[in-house]
Amino acid sequence: MALLEIKNLCHYFGGLRALHQFDLKLEGGELLGLIGPNGAGKTTVFNLLCGFYRPSEGEILFRGERLTGLRPHAVTARGIARTFQNIRLWNELSVFDNLCISQHHNLGYGLLDSLLRTGRFRTNERRVRKQAEEMLDLLGLSHVARELPKNLPYGLQRRVEIGRALTIRPQLLLLDEPAAGINPNEVDQLIELIRWIRDQFKLTVWLIEHQMRVVMAVCETLKVLDFGETIAAGTPAEIRSNKRVIQAYLGDQEPAYA
Amino acid sequence: MQRYNGFILFALGSLIVLGLSHGNLINAYIQITIMFIGINIILSSSLNIINGYMGEFSCGHAGFMAVGAYVTSVLNMWLFASDRVFGPPLLPPASAVLLFPVTLLAGGIAAALAGLLVAVPSFRTRGDYLAIITLAVNYIVKSSIENIQVIGGARGFMGMRKVVQSMSEVLDVPWVMIWVLIATGLSVWLIYRFVNSTYGKGIVAIRDDEIAAEIMSVNTQRMKMVAFMLSSGLAGIAGGLFANILGYINPGSFTIMKSTEVMVMVYLGGMGSLSGSVLSAVGFTVLMEVLRPLQLFKWVVIPLLLIVLMLFRPEGILGNRELSDVFPRLKRWFGTEQGGK
Repeated sequence: MALLEIKNLCHYFGGLRALHQFDLKLEGGELLGLIGPNGAGKTTVFNLLCGFYRPSEGEILFRGERLTGLRPHAVTARGIARTFQNIRLWNELSVFDNLCISQHHNLGYGLLDSLLRTGRFRTNERRVRKQAEEMLDLLGLSHVARELPKNLPYGLQRRVEIGRALTIRPQLLLLDEPAAGINPNEVDQLIELIRWIRDQFKLTVWLIEHQMRVVMAVCETLKVLDFGETIAAGTPAEIRSNKRVIQAYLGDQEPAYA
Repeated sequence: MQRYNGFILFALGSLIVLGLSHGNLINAYIQITIMFIGINIILSSSLNIINGYMGEFSCGHAGFMAVGAYVTSVLNMWLFASDRVFGPPLLPPASAVLLFPVTLLAGGIAAALAGLLVAVPSFRTRGDYLAIITLAVNYIVKSSIENIQVIGGARGFMGMRKVVQSMSEVLDVPWVMIWVLIATGLSVWLIYRFVNSTYGKGIVAIRDDEIAAEIMSVNTQRMKMVAFMLSSGLAGIAGGLFANILGYINPGSFTIMKSTEVMVMVYLGGMGSLSGSVLSAVGFTVLMEVLRPLQLFKWVVIPLLLIVLMLFRPEGILGNRELSDVFPRLKRWFGTEQGGK
């Protein structure tokens, strides 16, 4: 069974066609990239996928189960986690708490357990904390566990956000412009990190990215969107020489300086 | 063992207060002030769940207090006392000793259900708009009570003294004081546990970024429901105790004025700070009594204090911090969640 199957996905904001007839099939284990000029509808795809928007048309099947109509937290519980273009960590909670709270779907206890501190609370809380600690350890973030995310440099915040998504134990990880706003040194680390995550956690990574260096180095296959339409799909090398893609990015005319 | 130090200290303090009130070593006025301190602690710490930890703005806390006060009082009168409207007691008046906490809890549950009136709209709206809804709920509760003649309408509801009296006949101890102290200790303890569990911290995530919370696996609708019901339920219990301290309640005690008073305590103590709420409830109640000789000018002085506070320390005395963060030594004595593991 395919991990993810998107069929004929369309989304309109009023009269604006944000996404039109988007199709995709992922078998699992891929490193997929989604690129396109600004406003092409890339983030819309992620927002539709994680349940934040309800698609105007089409359906999304995740491991054979329909996701359309589920609320975001329920989609997450089924194994899809994401990061955000403009980092959205919980800034007044410590990095450690950030990584605990993201396991909310998997806490294994409820209100009464938390008030009465039952055995179920204690064993599950211990497990949640241990998982957060292990994740911080794996990503080399243990030294900032007690810090507030807002006090961390941007690159570290990105790493924390990826860590938070990983504590969800997803099968599909969506990264929305993970290289935005971080310096060139950190970009190399990020490329390593994404590859390592895929192998370490045996998951599928789908990323939106503007920096071609990241896309070309990380992705095995690419899809290109322009004005909501899928204009190309293939390996990075194929995409690089695709006429329509070049057109979408650079425009029709030969540049004057050529 | 250090994690029990706080509990032991509270229990000792309570026993001293109880001993003093039982032996009439402190006069009735001071006893009532102590009980009001307890009530205000419950009110401010429970409102802090919503306004501080969850970052919503509820300004109708008195409405939930009213629901608890009336439900507890009516149940008590119906079950344990003979009343003009409800007739002879349904149960022997002496059983009030055992069933008093049950009626108190029933008031809390009723108030928690009333909390749904705010919780359900909070799924779709937030911020200023939700604040207006909480205000409306406060008015709905107050006006409904005013229009139900069976429970006295605008004239108020009385007779709770009889129930307290029949409890004292079984065993002569200051019953209401006992229950106020127990309820105060319990609610602070429960709120502490709630906001220090990963489960409860879900509401802090909602405050910091609701969309991220929902997408990163927090069931925001359920957490909002839990937070509003817990908060209004505790307010209901505070209301039930309030009714039994005074022996008389009327809808006029549960207006927006009362809600504002609770809000002032929360903001004075600091948003998202449980120890701040407790401290400011004690300080505020004492201040109210100290300023009593000023009569109506009290209501000039107190808002003035609030203006000064907002100018020089807008986050409150302990904004988002606990007493143990300011005085780390306390941690050694009382231990914290993290320290205890």
